[in-house]
Amino acid sequence: MSVRPSDYPPPWSATDAVQAPTDSADERIDVGFLIVGAGPAGLAAAIRLGQLAEEHPDVAERLGDVPVAVLEKGKAPGSHLLSGAVVNPRGLQRLFNGRKRLDEMPFYGPVEGESVLFLTKRRALRIPTPPTMVNHRNYIASLSQLGRWLAEEAEAAGATILPETSAEKLLVDAGRVVGVRTGDRGRGRAGEELGNFEPGSDIAARVTILAEGTQGHLTSAALDRFGLRSENPQVWALGVKEVWKVAKPLREVVHTMGWPLRAGRRYREFGGSFIYPMGDDMVTIGLVVGLDYRDAELSVHDLLQELKLHPRVRRILEGGERVQWGAKTIPEGGFVALPKKLHAPGLLLCGDGVGFVNVPALKGIHYAIESGRLAAEAAWGTLERGASSRDALASYDVSVRDSFIWSDLQAVRNMRQAFGRGFYLGGALAGAMTATRGRFPPGNARTERDAEQSLISTDRAASYPAPDGRLTFDKLSSVFASGNRTRDDQPNHIRVQTRVPRELAELWVRMCPAQVYEVGAADGDGTVEVKLAPSNCVQCGAITAKGGRLTPPEGGSGPEYTLT
Amino acid sequence: MAKTLVFLEHHENAIQKGSLGVLAKAAQLGGEVAGVVIGAGVRELAAGAGAFGAATVFAADDAALSAPLPQPRVDVLAKLVRDEGFDTVLFAQSVLAADIAAGLAVRLEAGLNWDLVDLSGDGVGKRPALADSVLVDVGWSSDVRLAIFRAGTFDAVETGGSAEVKDAVVELEDFSTRAEMVEQAHAEEQGPSIEDADVIVAGGRGLGEPEKFALAEELAKALGGAVAATRAVVDAGWYPYSAQVGQTGKTVSPKLYVALGISGAIQHKVGMQGANTIVAINKDPNAPIFEFSDLGVVGDLHEIVPKLVELVRARRS
Amino acid sequence: MKIVVCVKAVPDAAGRRIDPSTKRIDRSVELAISDFDTYAVEEALKLQESTGEGEVVVVSMGPERAMDPLRKALAMGADRAVLVTDSALEGADLLGTAKALAGALEKEDADLVLFGQQSADGGGACLWSAVAERLRRPVISQVSELTVENGALTGKRQTEFGYDTIRAPLPAVVAVSDAINTPRYPSLKGIMGAKKKPQEALSAGDVGGAEGAATTVLALNPPPARGEARKIEDDGSAAEQILEFLAEKRLV
Repeated sequence: MSVRPSDYPPPWSATDAVQAPTDSADERIDVGFLIVGAGPAGLAAAIRLGQLAEEHPDVAERLGDVPVAVLEKGKAPGSHLLSGAVVNPRGLQRLFNGRKRLDEMPFYGPVEGESVLFLTKRRALRIPTPPTMVNHRNYIASLSQLGRWLAEEAEAAGATILPETSAEKLLVDAGRVVGVRTGDRGRGRAGEELGNFEPGSDIAARVTILAEGTQGHLTSAALDRFGLRSENPQVWALGVKEVWKVAKPLREVVHTMGWPLRAGRRYREFGGSFIYPMGDDMVTIGLVVGLDYRDAELSVHDLLQELKLHPRVRRILEGGERVQWGAKTIPEGGFVALPKKLHAPGLLLCGDGVGFVNVPALKGIHYAIESGRLAAEAAWGTLERGASSRDALASYDVSVRDSFIWSDLQAVRNMRQAFGRGFYLGGALAGAMTATRGRFPPGNARTERDAEQSLISTDRAASYPAPDGRLTFDKLSSVFASGNRTRDDQPNHIRVQTRVPRELAELWVRMCPAQVYEVGAADGDGTVEVKLAPSNCVQCGAITAKGGRLTPPEGGSGPEYTLT
Repeated sequence: MAKTLVFLEHHENAIQKGSLGVLAKAAQLGGEVAGVVIGAGVRELAAGAGAFGAATVFAADDAALSAPLPQPRVDVLAKLVRDEGFDTVLFAQSVLAADIAAGLAVRLEAGLNWDLVDLSGDGVGKRPALADSVLVDVGWSSDVRLAIFRAGTFDAVETGGSAEVKDAVVELEDFSTRAEMVEQAHAEEQGPSIEDADVIVAGGRGLGEPEKFALAEELAKALGGAVAATRAVVDAGWYPYSAQVGQTGKTVSPKLYVALGISGAIQHKVGMQGANTIVAINKDPNAPIFEFSDLGVVGDLHEIVPKLVELVRARRS
Repeated sequence: MKIVVCVKAVPDAAGRRIDPSTKRIDRSVELAISDFDTYAVEEALKLQESTGEGEVVVVSMGPERAMDPLRKALAMGADRAVLVTDSALEGADLLGTAKALAGALEKEDADLVLFGQQSADGGGACLWSAVAERLRRPVISQVSELTVENGALTGKRQTEFGYDTIRAPLPAVVAVSDAINTPRYPSLKGIMGAKKKPQEALSAGDVGGAEGAATTVLALNPPPARGEARKIEDDGSAAEQILEFLAEKRLV
């Protein structure tokens, strides 16, 4: 009798995040365009809007004192950004359109060489790089640093960035998105108002652009509220990564498949690792695993620790020191899980929040940037005299469909789902898809909700290495290495049932890279209490894929990434 | 040869142990060493300091000096340094001493190095920095050198000598006497606060249940210290947040930190790793706390602590 | 009443480290207002709110980019920010800093000068006492409760021995402890309005010139090893062994 996380849905509904405006006119904050999320999509939108304002100052006047505001729930732009990353510069080049050269952008350099390895526990077999993964002419970056740089550019272009500000509710009035309400600050564990309690504010804007990234809180609410969800549910993978100072430079970009993931179809362990140089003296290593996995004992963090013991990997990190750690989910549904529409009255949706990720190529950043740029142009269109706001916003969908985002994602649309059928068959199908640019196999494969996978228990945990504090690490010290110093005395931001079958509780304990969950007292009927330490949370979003729901905690909480 | 003046702080008619420790250190470094006691009715106290390493002790005795306020003491010390030609003035850390030293530094245009844990004969001080992860060598380029030593760094040494007591001139600036003591502190009954405590007994999940915090409280009382708690037990409501030590709580550096049932995760460690001596009791032999404690005891704290409390009480009485 | 709060922009906690080439705290990382100083800013704002009038000015000394963290104080509600910034003042010690700040404070001629109790990165230096000495004003530190009435202040000062109650006439200098209040979060309106508030930069020349340091940093060393660590298993005598250990170290 198998347990499925979806049988224990969280005490939460999308309507919890949508409401009408409540502030009076002088309490409310009015801005021209409001962007939620200071990530690559949001900042690209802010930068493009700034460019347009400079080109058309008379039109820009109509936006008021604060033409562009960007809300960021992290301590600073970059604090919650995490990726590999090897970036296709195309998005940035189109955004800056000659104003910035590639050598002025915060990259660690172009990709100099690459290899793809198939690992077994002790061996590494070099396999030809699949065509979708070739990274020639791409650049290595830390997304956190790129975000920080884009934020400076956005501010220089006139945007107001508001860090430590969470967007808690989507404000909808007469069927139209009119802005967002920010989260309260200064509440205690029981929700009580503390001495420095500061209530959130309504921020009103003519157009709201949601660029919240993976598991976007308001994005999800908007998709439900406006009926935009695709027939195919979104699916995610969890990536856990570390940044290391190393003694010997790594000269190539490495991707691995195979061990420590298991190929058998029943496990549904889809993913692989990446090891990228960051200049001469740093390296980043990460493991990405689809959250449709079934084994309750699977822990991506611990698999990453195990991966580092592989002789080929160990060699790269030898003599080095871990300097940062982080975790984040990646949307993997691709083309077939994209929303039916990317806009609604007063609203535009961008980036990872709607799933613009090319899974086989491991690329999403340039799509995020391009979608932000296109959203800015559509939003600007609402200012044109005689323009209908509805048509202007609808033009965003048109321009996205005409862009490389659409054609790229369509070509690889069935690849991820093919791997749901096991590594080898999936690999063969993927090869066929690549060769035919997506025309074969025809049609669109369906996705299955991650939370609907029934759980199994193997003894996978037996091989997780005991942390030695030098090469391998436990979760708590890793949370520390994410820069997380979240205030403890605040309300719990994680919505999850707290009395569930033991197997489900154990799934969550292992799944969470930050050790938020703990199995509490057993109830005698096979269920246990689930205890939480929410201030450990690095807001990766895995719980939302596996039966719970992450909501944004107080602004400024969570990790403080700088190199991820 | 150095001519050193040591500020001997007193409270309720006794010279503070810390000051006597600094005096012993000065005596050990050599040169001329004098102490100074500042207050009202302090001549007898000044004489007693001779037994701890001072050949001369100055007494600045005046009713205007009776309240332990810093600025009049700056006036007295500055005059003394200029009149007697001291080139080094040493303090043991305290709220009062730190205020005095900073004001005196400006008055004399003298360099001030604080939080020192050692000083060499050739004028190099040692100072921990960045949560004690680095030890910095510091020096002075001014004629007069001021230094404040971290609390409890040196032990007082009773040499049994006697000192010549000389009167120090008391000439106060007008602005020095504008602050007045309305009511002076009474002896506190509830024990020191976590930040000031020399001894802290901290409890973690290993205590098992909230009622067992009584063990930590008894041991703290017996040792004359304060009680602290880890984030886990504060989260669980066993103890108030004001007692939380750690990354998201308080940072402490007492002389002794006793960790009961605490695993030693880094979030806790960064709040207490500066403690001089760490004793940990935990039944898990692999608890990370054993990697950075001076004495690690693998055992059942519920059996060990009550016995320890008895032994400490017996010893202290 | 004019209240000036002296604040320091320090490397944000996550980035704090010492630069081995200069042997000083590496200040190339993100700067933020020292946590301790936010209590002083909050106290100034509370006093301003209770009297219903007056100006709150924040003054700091640091590199040009320290103006950014000063904006947080403006976002909390301060009216004006003044930054003393000059390469000649880089690496200034207690005397140099006190001189520069006192120079800026003399221009402001405040009724009350507030400091936070401790610098988050330097630890322990009583800048307030040094500044009060230069200004020739009374100073009270470790204040956990402050009232101002009829041109005088009363402060509750926490020492190792408990709480003293001290009174002083204005103008005066006060260093407040973190027990005095809970600093407010800046409101969004405050954050957005901060940019428009006056922000002034002063050079070393404006505040009386720079001074050579009277203290030097000679070397960085790893800390001494903790010394031999002992680990024992309780065989029934653990309590006795602990007592012996404590006695050896003269801790009991």
